[in-house]
Amino acid sequence: MTVTWATYEAGYFDRSEAYVAGAAVLDHEIAPRAGWSAVVRAGHVLTLVDVGGNQSGDCLIYDAVDHEERYSAQATIAAQRNAYLVEGSVLLSDEGRALMTVVGNEVERQDTIGGACSKESNTLRYGHHTMFHHACRENFLLEGARHGLGPRDLVSNINWFMNVPVEADGTLGIVDGMSAPGKRVALRAERDVLVIISNCPQVNNPCNDFNPTPLRAIVTDPEGRA
Amino acid sequence: MSNDLGAGRRASTATPAQARDDARGRAGTAVEAMPYLPPSSSPHVPDGVDPGDLVWAETVAGPGYAHATLARGSRIRLEDVTGDACAHVVLVSALQRSERLNVADTQKIPWQAYLGAGHPLLSGDGRVLATVVADAADGRHDAFCGVTTLASNHARYGAGEAHSATPAGRELLRLAAAKEGLAPRDIPPSVSFFKGVRVGADGALEWTGGAGAGAAVELVAEVPLTVLIANAAHPLDPDDRYRTGPLRVHAWAAAASSPADPWWTATPERARAYLNTQQHLLARGIR
Ligand SMILES: [Zn+2]
Repeated sequence: MTVTWATYEAGYFDRSEAYVAGAAVLDHEIAPRAGWSAVVRAGHVLTLVDVGGNQSGDCLIYDAVDHEERYSAQATIAAQRNAYLVEGSVLLSDEGRALMTVVGNEVERQDTIGGACSKESNTLRYGHHTMFHHACRENFLLEGARHGLGPRDLVSNINWFMNVPVEADGTLGIVDGMSAPGKRVALRAERDVLVIISNCPQVNNPCNDFNPTPLRAIVTDPEGRA
Repeated sequence: MSNDLGAGRRASTATPAQARDDARGRAGTAVEAMPYLPPSSSPHVPDGVDPGDLVWAETVAGPGYAHATLARGSRIRLEDVTGDACAHVVLVSALQRSERLNVADTQKIPWQAYLGAGHPLLSGDGRVLATVVADAADGRHDAFCGVTTLASNHARYGAGEAHSATPAGRELLRLAAAKEGLAPRDIPPSVSFFKGVRVGADGALEWTGGAGAGAAVELVAEVPLTVLIANAAHPLDPDDRYRTGPLRVHAWAAAASSPADPWWTATPERARAYLNTQQHLLARGIR
């Protein structure tokens, strides 16, 4: 049986609002389990709302023109000398240049070490019976293909609203989240960027509380008239 | 920096014959960083290895880079000769170039952030590209920070180009990739051997440095494998002079992992990773 459950609407949902004032450029609800992408112009702010709470938004970022320059979790981690993303974190490219800055964050810390789920890695993590569960890597490949991107363009990603502690002996894992309905993260584009988000369909670990729910993506132009 | 012993003007090179004599007179110069051909002639054959089994023997300059495509079952030994090397490694399947090292899965699948003996180096396709089969470097490795960039080395050392004295790891990986027919988009996050980093509960990174001269690790290629290595200062290295030293690389024909190896069954996740790899090869008629 292929697992397809997801919660599209519930009384506890909180769709919140854009983190910054300005003109709305784009406002889209990313359905549970779905992929999404958009070009965010320099200076514009992308607010991502965790509508149902503890819903991982797997995220890749590319220079909008030169897709070869893309988000680097390692460059970002090394530059800030910390494994977690917080307000003020500058999301660097593999060339060490700023793509976006976290200008607002309503959860304690954001993950960029846990990577994306895939059908293939699901077989390792949970057993071969999970082979036909939909996964973030599928969303990344399909959404990326719309922009000419393929498997060679997939790198370590960000997982907004996901929680990955690292213990003293190196043990790490995805555990219960620290987010809640309506919590937000806001990213200012430091140049024109292509953002790809997979609304994680995982149902074998707590990265989305075992229950895929929507994410709301709002792009705001702070300079524009609201 | 590697020395350039024997370089420079030696004699008249005014005619082709003189230039040819001069060029030929330069051969046979032994320097610290150079490949050894045939590999069996290496002056540094690892203990217990039959020189006739060697397929790659080279001392990589610090800073410098190296690359090779190796058969499944090749055993690769990296040695930090002086304690100042840092081997940034990228692995790409030689069977399909889109399958390459996935650092997140390499940490997540074994539920372990730190590399050590028995750690599988996983692709994003649920398979093992190589296994760390021996660690004589006290776990002083890092999978969090990757390589330095042109931008970061310019800011820190004043230069980061491949031709500078302080090249960025990424610039060297770009060259290694190009020599294997790969583009910059084929360079995913990398793992770093011989320089350690630990993560605190608050996420703060702590530099733990190297294990000293003679530290070594050994990997086994589980699939036909392209290996890219940049030997360059680690991004968190506190030495502002750009710490670097020679890196010794030997590879020889050995055996890929089997169910008899303890790491194959060390955890259920790893066992399934090896099974996926085994089936991938079986289907292609590779044993
Ligand atoms: Zn996912």
